[in-house]
Amino acid sequence: MYYLYYFLIQIKLPMKKIIFIAIAMCSIILISCKKETAQQPDELAGLTLLQKMANDTTEIEVYTRSGTLTVGYNDIFFRVKNKLNDEFVSNAVLDWMPIMHMTMMSHAAPKSPITKVAGKEFLYKGFIVFQMPGNDMEKWTLSIDVQTPSITTAVLDTFAVANSTQKRVTSFTGSDSKKYILALVSPENPAVATNDLTLGLFVKETSMSYPAVTDATILFDPRMPDMGNHTSPNNVQPIINTTDNLYHGKVSLSMTGYWKLNFIVKNASDVVLKGEEISPSVESSSLYLELEF
Amino acid sequence: MKNKILFLLILSVISGNIMAQDTTNIDSILSVKLDEVAIISKPLINYTKQNKPLSSIDEYLDKSMNVSLVRRGSYAWEPMLNNMSSERLQLTIDVMHIFGACTDKMDPITSYVDVSNLSDVKVSSGQEGASYGPTIGGAIDLIKKKHDYCHIGWLGSVNFGYESNSNLFTAATRVKYSNAKFFVDADFIFRDADNYKAGKRTLIPFSQFQKYNTSLSIGVKINNKNTLTGSFTFDNAVNIGYPALPMDVALARAYIASVQHSASYINSFIDEWTTRVYFNTITHIMDDTKRPIVPIHMDMPGWSTTSGLYSKINGAHKRQKMALTLNAYWNKSKAEMTMYPNDTSRKSMFMYTWPDVHTIYAGVNLANNFSWKPMHTIKYGASIGFHRNFVASEFGLNSMHIFYPTMSAGKNRIIVGFQTAYTFAKNNWEYSIAMAYGERAPSISEAYGFYLFNSFDAYDYIGNPYLKNEKSIELHTALAYKMKKIKWNFGLNYFHILDYIIGIPNTNYIAMTLNANGVKEYQALESVNIVSTECGMEYRPHPSVKTRVALSYNFGRDFNKQNMPLVRPFSFKAGLTYNIKGLEMEMNVEGASKQYAHSAFYGEKAKPAYAIVNFAAGYSIPIKAHQLHFRVGIENMADTYYSTYADWNNIPRKGRNFYLNISYTFDNRMME
Ligand SMILES: [Cu+2]
Repeated sequence: MYYLYYFLIQIKLPMKKIIFIAIAMCSIILISCKKETAQQPDELAGLTLLQKMANDTTEIEVYTRSGTLTVGYNDIFFRVKNKLNDEFVSNAVLDWMPIMHMTMMSHAAPKSPITKVAGKEFLYKGFIVFQMPGNDMEKWTLSIDVQTPSITTAVLDTFAVANSTQKRVTSFTGSDSKKYILALVSPENPAVATNDLTLGLFVKETSMSYPAVTDATILFDPRMPDMGNHTSPNNVQPIINTTDNLYHGKVSLSMTGYWKLNFIVKNASDVVLKGEEISPSVESSSLYLELEF
Repeated sequence: MKNKILFLLILSVISGNIMAQDTTNIDSILSVKLDEVAIISKPLINYTKQNKPLSSIDEYLDKSMNVSLVRRGSYAWEPMLNNMSSERLQLTIDVMHIFGACTDKMDPITSYVDVSNLSDVKVSSGQEGASYGPTIGGAIDLIKKKHDYCHIGWLGSVNFGYESNSNLFTAATRVKYSNAKFFVDADFIFRDADNYKAGKRTLIPFSQFQKYNTSLSIGVKINNKNTLTGSFTFDNAVNIGYPALPMDVALARAYIASVQHSASYINSFIDEWTTRVYFNTITHIMDDTKRPIVPIHMDMPGWSTTSGLYSKINGAHKRQKMALTLNAYWNKSKAEMTMYPNDTSRKSMFMYTWPDVHTIYAGVNLANNFSWKPMHTIKYGASIGFHRNFVASEFGLNSMHIFYPTMSAGKNRIIVGFQTAYTFAKNNWEYSIAMAYGERAPSISEAYGFYLFNSFDAYDYIGNPYLKNEKSIELHTALAYKMKKIKWNFGLNYFHILDYIIGIPNTNYIAMTLNANGVKEYQALESVNIVSTECGMEYRPHPSVKTRVALSYNFGRDFNKQNMPLVRPFSFKAGLTYNIKGLEMEMNVEGASKQYAHSAFYGEKAKPAYAIVNFAAGYSIPIKAHQLHFRVGIENMADTYYSTYADWNNIPRKGRNFYLNISYTFDNRMME
């Protein structure tokens, strides 16, 4: 042990070498730290103007994140301008109605009420689930009733709704003979991660009314049909959230590519309305939605 | 457990007391001396000492009873020591840390150098290897050619080799100039092999490979005490078949560079201080395009880049010897998998299989050797290191969160170890006993692997970032006897490994790979016991005749008494060498018993017993500064169809093989 002490003392030797080692050590051990600076939220941050709709008194700016509307679930944002004084309105009461004008008939679409976006001064928000795209012959119109302290009016315009490359919404007839609509709300931008899964389930009361179904059970099973139909781990089955009337769960996507989300929907008395369990002989449920990224 | 340790202790003490001893320290606790096992080329590929010149590093290592090699094809065998594979070992090239870039262990770092670069291989068992970095099973260091400044002049050589089985063609050349102040040394080797035939002329498709390796070293003697050496190696292998695996390799490429400063005789305490800074980068690209049936085509490239520093001080004072080693490195490992659906309109499927994991390690090891009397030597040492893993890819971290929602990107560990050994040497006897404790951090695959398919048990493996350090308590004992005509030795290594890291099936997860049996998650087994013993004997009835026999028995079981996989069964080697006037002939027999304790539980298939016979003859013609050497041989003379316990998925080994080597060496160097 005595010798050890001497030995260690003797090592203090060439200063240059020690500096050399120290510098080399530091360069190996140092790794750059990333810092992220949070941006001040702006009234329209992340939104793209889709269209302006107006009448004599009121102009409504319609925004979505992508600047388009597609078949399936769409978050839609509004700003309401009083054309008489050219100011945005912060306390309007808005109601809306999307209508598809088909050649033989018309129908509406599942939708939420329009509410003020929390933390924003002039921004309003709602969602619509478009079951089908528009075309030259068959168009979607959106009418918005506006009520402000000074004005009560309605604004109407047609909107282009593009088809979606993946199946983000599906209509089905349940075992109870009712017509239902199942829509994928999120993941909107799926990632190789545990994604929030949000689903909307609506029932057709009349062709103009599609209220949310809040007492169903939705079971899902994500599969990759291009790769032996494997599933993914640690998925969380969605359950209803009564504030937004949507079903919330988690979907794990272990790689990019095409995923099929297979569903079984049951009613409040646990009767299967639609869908089959995946097994070696059943590759896909008759009720499914798609993700591809 | 305690009983077993006690039993082994008593056994070793008794055997130590019965025998008496003599001289020389056992430099390594290894009971087999390396020069008989795995020394490679001095000054070049040493055809006079080797049974088979120009054989690969793998074949050299395979001659040893301590080291065994897991074979997945003809190329890039994975070294194992004490029945433990690369994640439990430190594999280094000139003490430089290099990490393979393959998630399927297709590129152990021994594949990125060749015999033309090397002078020696140092095998250290257990914590004896701790100065190379944290280890459980030991360390294998591939030592590059060393240079002195004593020779002046030119050295050159050309070697050709041909093997009938697999049509293997090898060519190597080397040129060196040196004087008292300077040297430059360049070498090049090329290998090209077709598919080989196993015994009974069974063609093994996808066993071809082609590679070349070139390296350059330049050294300057600054003054009497200081030298500076720069070294660069480039290794490039293409079109490598892996018949035991579902995929091949299109490219495996390494750049290895280092600068070394050595100072000698600094003062009365410090003999030598060597410091090296290094950098290496590896690209590994797998390839399934040549396979006839591929359910889904995939690209699986991997990259590994390491920068490091190594500094070692050797000191001596009176009867003490001391070594202080500093090891530090920073590695980045990344591997991807992209699968292409048969429906080409669909997007490709991508994932990180190694999520760009950075590993930083810095540790010191201090070893002291003290002889208070010529016959008694005690050795003790300790090491401590800081180990940090860090997942640098956000994409990769998010994908790991699927399994471990709350895991953080970074993980720090402290890794410690210590060892102590006692050697008694007297007359013709030498006895040693050693005890040690060591730890290791999990490997990248064990901690962060993401759906890594293992064709051994056909499971997809998931890494576990929460694994504890694996810990090992080890005991070694060795006994050797040496006389003019006869030598024998016996060695026993016992490892009691705690928190042993291994894949355990997790039935909550479903496999991603087509036809896989399921998903295994890396978990810690409570404990595993591994024993390796071997015994060697050498007898020279006449100065020109030498016979040798080596036997090895190994044992590995977990705490549930389940056999561990890849444990060597009882195996033996025997050789007879005859030497006269430049002619050397050698006959070898090697074999193993049936794998009576294979691990069905861990997916292993038992191998039957086998024995093969090899023959070689060599002849040298020296003409002044020139030397011409021929060597011919036959391996597996009876064309036996066999596979050893270390052959992945029971892939059979080479059948009958004739080889021929011709070497020409020119050496006009003078001693200064
Ligand atoms: Cu590979």
